[in-house]
Amino acid sequence: MTETTDFEVLGKKDTRSGFGEGLLEIGRKNKDVVALCADLTGSLKMGDFKAEFPERFFQVGIAEANMMCMAAGMTVGGKIPFTGTFANFSTSRVYDQIRQSIAYSKKNVKICASHAGLTLGEDGATHQVLEDIGMMKMLPNMTVIVPCDFNQTKQATMAIAEMEGPVYLRFGRPSVPIFIKPDADFQIGKADVLIEGSDVTIIACGHLVWKAIEAAKELSIHGISAEVINMHTIKPLDSASILKSVKKTGCVVTAEEHMINGGLGDSVAQVLGQHLPSPQEYVGVNDTFGESGTPAELMTKYGIDTINVVEAAKKVLQRK
Amino acid sequence: MDNQELSSIATQVRRDIVRMVAAVSSGHPGGSLGCADFLTLLYFEVMKNDSSNFQMDGKNEDVFYLSNGHISPVLYSVLARSGHFPVAELATFRKLSSRLQGHPATDKKIPGVRMASGSLGQGLSCGIGTALTKKMNGDDSLVYTLHGDGELQEGQIWEAAIYAAGNGVDNLIATIDYNGRQIDGDLEDVLPLGNLSQKWQAFGWEVLEMDGHNMEEMRSTLAKAKSYVGNGKPIVIIMKTEMGQGVDYMMGTHKWHGAAPNDEQLASALGQLEETLGDY
Repeated sequence: MTETTDFEVLGKKDTRSGFGEGLLEIGRKNKDVVALCADLTGSLKMGDFKAEFPERFFQVGIAEANMMCMAAGMTVGGKIPFTGTFANFSTSRVYDQIRQSIAYSKKNVKICASHAGLTLGEDGATHQVLEDIGMMKMLPNMTVIVPCDFNQTKQATMAIAEMEGPVYLRFGRPSVPIFIKPDADFQIGKADVLIEGSDVTIIACGHLVWKAIEAAKELSIHGISAEVINMHTIKPLDSASILKSVKKTGCVVTAEEHMINGGLGDSVAQVLGQHLPSPQEYVGVNDTFGESGTPAELMTKYGIDTINVVEAAKKVLQRK
Repeated sequence: MDNQELSSIATQVRRDIVRMVAAVSSGHPGGSLGCADFLTLLYFEVMKNDSSNFQMDGKNEDVFYLSNGHISPVLYSVLARSGHFPVAELATFRKLSSRLQGHPATDKKIPGVRMASGSLGQGLSCGIGTALTKKMNGDDSLVYTLHGDGELQEGQIWEAAIYAAGNGVDNLIATIDYNGRQIDGDLEDVLPLGNLSQKWQAFGWEVLEMDGHNMEEMRSTLAKAKSYVGNGKPIVIIMKTEMGQGVDYMMGTHKWHGAAPNDEQLASALGQLEETLGDY
């Protein structure tokens, strides 16, 4: 069994900075990588790429629809465009553009979305998109990736340039623990079992992965052995890893900074419902919009904190 | 190619259009007929493209995007007649498993289509993207886009217009099918566009105008448009057309925007359009 102490905090950083570093590094390696931004270069941490490759950086202004279709057009001729704006403006604002010009047309565009979820914080519900994973995973041809920390966001940013096809990459604003080693293996579509356990499976993505690790520590104090899976790729979903784990533990908690409707939990439930019906509890936002507040306050108020994962695990264990 | 030859091809294209939509009792004949002359000229004379060896990346050849995807019948006919795929395939239009979807799509890999379209307002942005890629690649071939006039009611068009002018996207020639009609009626009644020419000029574009049914005028206007390439400004041609051109009862009304003729109406239409190249 992997000891939870393996997950020492290597530092603290925002995942969007992982995107910024990854973009710069893949930009150096692959000259076909180009970047577009809708007036949020600083927020998306795209400034270094812009400074080093000004001829491959396109400031489109506050015009996200134009940006998405420009990116689609840029693939005709071999470029690999990375678009950067907030998650809300990367999805719901431009859903039809993505649907027709990127997903249906199967263009090699990488939609990179920062400030996802409640942890955008004080800006409030207008900007706190909690439906984006659902929207994007419903699109045929779309790959959906939600990395968990700075290092993994950097890895994911570089990995998506190497695969052909549209990708939605979701990351966030707040500074959060770094616990994935920079040289850790990262494969799109392959879940990471971070902690092995036998009583309950916790499947999380994004900022909730660290919360799941904390929850596993807490549960172990109570004699409960939790397996923690980092499901960084929501689509294509690593069904095999889910089934293997739940076959062993017999129950599952899913945890995400997203609506329960349409999120990671729904995807997991679909796999289990078809192949291995098992008790499941959901940690996520329950059919409500967010509001202004600090990230920590919001995670507490809306029930997506460590304690919620712990409680969900205890609850689901009783349903076994 | 001389004008008569081009007009003769365009007449066959018009026959194809009405036969295609009549066969499945659906589709958009009005705008298709209106753009038959323009697209014939574009594909048979103006554009540099290899119809026998379609490449999605469009490198070193001119790229065309049909932003008003509902006039797919004219695009399909012109693509087939110019050798992109067998004309017999036009008989599959809008039928199950056909490569000729109701609106153009790439997923079944029909040669000549590089982007899905139908949801309006997106093609200008796509064209800008490809034009920028051509610049980055040192590829001096051009990007052409076609838009409906009603389509200009979509806000994204104007986002794209601002971008292209602000960034000197001068290897792009957009054309507006200015027929003044849309599904619900005359454009002036649905939502007037005001002075289109002045609008585009105010947005910083090089603006040309032409009669979309006069081959000679279109040829010289397109040549003029090409001469502006590299001048730092995007180029738009406002092309005056008649919706339903070539079929008398389809002209002068918006009613054939998205309606197919019945057997009797088809016979009447075909009676007005000579079979110049042989029906598919």
